[in-house]
Amino acid sequence: MIRKGRASGREAGRSAVAMLRALLGVLLMAAAPLAVRAMTAEQAHAIAVGDSEARIAALKQAAAAGDARVPVIAQALLDGAVKVDATRAYLVQPDGSAVEAASGQPATPPDEAEDAIVNNRMRGELDAVLAALQLRSADPEQRRAAVKQLRDGADEAMLPMIEQALAAETDTALKAELTVVRARALIASSDAAKRLAAARALGEETDPAIRGLLTERLRPAAEGGESDAAVRAATQRALDGMNDRLAWGERAGVLFSGLSLGSILMLAALGLAITYGLMGVINMAHGELIMIGAYATYLVQNLFRAHLPGAFDWYLVAAIPVSFFAAAAVGAVLERGVIRFLYGRPLETLLATWGISLILIQLMRSLFGAQNVPVENPVWLSGGVAVASNLTLPYNRIAIIVFAGLVLGGMALLIAKTRLGLFVRGVTQNRPMAACLGVHTARIDTMAFALGAGVAGLAGCALSQVGNVGPDLGQGYIVDSFMVVVLGGVGQLAGTVYAALGLGVVNKLLEGWAGAVLAKIMVLVFIVIFIQKRPSGLFALKGRSAEA
Amino acid sequence: MSAVMPAAAAPRPAMKLGAWTGVLVAVIAICVVVPLANLAIPETSAFHLSDYAVALIAKIMCYAICALAMDLIWGYAGILSLGHGLFFALGGYAMGMYLMRQIGSDGQYRSDMPDFMVFLNWKEFPWHWALSDSFVLQMALVVLAPGIVAFVFGWFAFRSRIKGVYFSIITQALTFAAMLLFFRNETGFGGNNGFTDFKRILGIPIATPGMRMTLFVITGLTLVGAFVGARWLMGTKFGRVLQAIRDAEGRTMFIGYDPVAYKLAIWTLSAVLCGIAGALYVPQVGIINPSEMSPAAGIEIAIWAAVGGRGTLIGPIVGAFFVNGAKSWFTQAFPEFWLYFLGALFIAVTLYLPQGLIGLWRKLRKGRAA
Repeated sequence: MIRKGRASGREAGRSAVAMLRALLGVLLMAAAPLAVRAMTAEQAHAIAVGDSEARIAALKQAAAAGDARVPVIAQALLDGAVKVDATRAYLVQPDGSAVEAASGQPATPPDEAEDAIVNNRMRGELDAVLAALQLRSADPEQRRAAVKQLRDGADEAMLPMIEQALAAETDTALKAELTVVRARALIASSDAAKRLAAARALGEETDPAIRGLLTERLRPAAEGGESDAAVRAATQRALDGMNDRLAWGERAGVLFSGLSLGSILMLAALGLAITYGLMGVINMAHGELIMIGAYATYLVQNLFRAHLPGAFDWYLVAAIPVSFFAAAAVGAVLERGVIRFLYGRPLETLLATWGISLILIQLMRSLFGAQNVPVENPVWLSGGVAVASNLTLPYNRIAIIVFAGLVLGGMALLIAKTRLGLFVRGVTQNRPMAACLGVHTARIDTMAFALGAGVAGLAGCALSQVGNVGPDLGQGYIVDSFMVVVLGGVGQLAGTVYAALGLGVVNKLLEGWAGAVLAKIMVLVFIVIFIQKRPSGLFALKGRSAEA
Repeated sequence: MSAVMPAAAAPRPAMKLGAWTGVLVAVIAICVVVPLANLAIPETSAFHLSDYAVALIAKIMCYAICALAMDLIWGYAGILSLGHGLFFALGGYAMGMYLMRQIGSDGQYRSDMPDFMVFLNWKEFPWHWALSDSFVLQMALVVLAPGIVAFVFGWFAFRSRIKGVYFSIITQALTFAAMLLFFRNETGFGGNNGFTDFKRILGIPIATPGMRMTLFVITGLTLVGAFVGARWLMGTKFGRVLQAIRDAEGRTMFIGYDPVAYKLAIWTLSAVLCGIAGALYVPQVGIINPSEMSPAAGIEIAIWAAVGGRGTLIGPIVGAFFVNGAKSWFTQAFPEFWLYFLGALFIAVTLYLPQGLIGLWRKLRKGRAA
C-alpha cells in the first residue's frame, strides 16, 4: 500500500498542482491589466528569446519584482505556447488566438513569428520560478510540493520570494524546510557574511543532500568552491558536525544490512544444522531444496493471482507452509531413495547429493525455463520505515529478520521439547540404544531429514522476497551455508546462529571497506584460516559420522 | 573412513606384461596412428580422423591427467579434494600468461600489452607477469604455482589434522574464493574473459595442423608417462605407506610413520600434475577463464575418478574418457538431458558401483572365470 499509495498520491498532487497552476494563470490573466508594476513588452521578449543566461536573468528579475504576468509567461513557455518576433512575445491561447505577453492584450503575431525554444536548463529555471511563486499558495500541500521542488533549484535571485514566504509561513514543519531552502540559496550568495550565516544554519541539518552541497562548497576556490577563509572554516565545521550526526545513521545502516544478511545466512544454514549438524549428512543439494521452496512460493503466487486476486496480498502467508512441505517432501524422497544407503560414508554422500542437485537444477530449467521467474512482494512488504534521514529500513528485510527468528525459535522448541526432537537427539547420540528402546530409527532419520529440508524450503520462501528466483538460486548459498555450519560448530544450533549473524555483519563491514567481492574472499579466507587454527573445537563431531 | 580398495597383495613389479603391452599400444596409437589418421589419410577415407575428434581426444587426455592426479590422493590417500579445479586453472593461467605475451603486438589494440591490459589502461605489467616473457621460467611457474599453493594449504590443513569431508569442504571454499579473485579485473588475469585469442607458441603459429598434432602427442605422452610413474610410485614403499594411512591412519602413526609428510608429498604432487594438465589444456582449447575453478568443475574431476574406479590408476583415465565422451555426445544430441545423465551417474556410481567401471569389469571377468 505504502509504495503504491505514495506514488499515486504524488501523481494526484502533481496533477492538482498543474490544475491550480492553470487556474492561477487564468485568474492572473484576468487581473493582469490591473497589475501595478506592469512589465514591459521588452522584458517579456527578453524572457522568451535570446541567450539562455540573459533569459534566465530577465526571468528572475521579473519574478523577484513580483510581477503578476511572470507565472503566466513561464507556464506558457513550459507548455510551448509562446511565439516571438523581433520585438515582442505572444502567448498562444488554447482557442488559437494570441495575446501580447506582457500586457495580455489581444494581438496577432506576424507570420514570421517563431516558436520560443525552451531547453532543459531554461525548463528547470521556469519550474523553480513557478515553485517559488507557489510558496504563496493558500494550500499547505501545494506549498510543501513547492518547497520540495525548490530544495534543489533555489538560488540567490529567488531569495526575496523565499524570505516573503518564510515570513508568511505558519506551518512549523514547512517553516523549517523553508529555512533550509533559504540557507541553500544563501550559501551561494555573493555576500560573504550571508554565506557565513548560511553555513552555520546548514550545520544543523541531517539531510544527505545538504552534505553534498557543503562538500561541493569546499572544493578548491579555483574550481568554484568557497574563497573566503572564515566561511570555509564555518562550512567545514558544519560538514563535520553533520558527518558526526549522519555517522550514526550509517553505522546503524551497516549493522542492519549485516543483520539482514546474517539472518538470510542463518535461514539457509538452519536446515543444514539439522541434516549436517545433527545427522552428519553432507547434503550438497541443500541449496536446491532452498530453490524448491522459492519456486513453491512462485507457484502459490501464480495460483493466487489466477484464482484469488482479491487476496493476492496474502499469498505469502499461504506460501510459507506450502514451501515447507514441498521441500520436506522432496527431502523425504531423497532420504528414502538415496541417502539412507550412504550413512557412514560422508564422501560418497557428498557426491551423490551433488548429483541430486544437478538433477533438480535441470528439472527446474525444464519445468520453468532457465530464466529467473518473477516473484512480487506483497504490498505490505514493499517500502520501508525511515528511521533517520539517511537510513530507511525496507519492510521485506525486517520481515526476514523476524521470520528467521521465528523459524529458529520454532526449531529450537521442536528439538528440545517435542517427542520427535527427543527421538532425533536419541538416535543421533546412540542409535542402537534408541532402537532397543523401541524408537523406529529409520523413520526418525527420514523425518529429521525432511525437517531439515523443510526449513531449507522456508529459507527459499524468504529469499524469494529479496532476491532473484531461478534455477541457480541454490548454488550461491551452498558454500556459504556450509561455512556457517562448519564455523559455528557441528551439532549445535546456537553455534549456527552466532556464526551466521557474525559472518553477516563482518561481511557487510568489510564490504564498506573493500567492496563486495573482496569482502567475500576475505571472509572465506578467514574461515579457512580459522578452521585450521581451531579444528578440534569446531570439529567435535557428535553425530553418527564421528570417525570410529 | 573404511577401506575403499582391497589392500594390494605382496610386493610385485610395477606392471605385469599385459600392462606393458597396453602402454606400448597407447604410445603407438598416440605417436603414429592418430597423426597418420589425421594428417596423412585423406578426408574422404573412412579411416580419417577429423580435426574435431583430435581436439576432443586431446582435451579429454588433459582431463584424464587430472583424474589420475585425483586418484593419487583420493584413491590412494583417501583425501577427497574438491579444489583440484584451482590447481588445473593455476597451471592453465601460467601457460596462458606466456601465450598472451606471445601474441606480441598482434592484438586488437596493436599494443605490446595484452588487450585486456590496454583496456584497463595499464602501462606496465603487474609483478606476477615478470616471468611471462621467458618460456622456460614460465613453464617452471606451471609447476611452482600449483605446487606452492598446494604445499602451503596442505601444510596447515594436514598439520591441523583436518580430514574427511571437512577437508573437502574447505578445498571447495578455497577454489571458490580463488575464482572470485580471478574474476576481478584488477588482479591481472583478464577478469571474466580470462585469456584467449592465442596466436603462437615459441614463435610458431598455434593453429597449424603440425603444431596441433605436436601438442596432441606431448599431451598423450604426458598422460602415459604420468600413468607409468604413478603405477611405479604406488608400488614403492611410499605408495604402500600411503595406502596404510588411507586405511588406518592412527595405526600407521603409532607404528612410527608421520602421516603429515606422506600426505603433504602426495597432495603437492597431485596438484602439480593437475597444473601440468592445465598447462597442456590451454593452448589446445584456446581459452582459460575463472570458470575452470568453479566448485562444479572441481567436483566433476572427482566424478571422473569415481566413475572409472578409485585406486586403480587406469580407472580414472577410463572414467575421464567415458564421462567427457558422454558429455560431448549429450550436449550435441540432447543438451537438456546432459545434467540429468551426469546427476544420475553421480548417484548410480556411489550407490551401485563403488569400484567404478573397472570394478564392474573385474567382477564380470571373475564371474565368467568361475
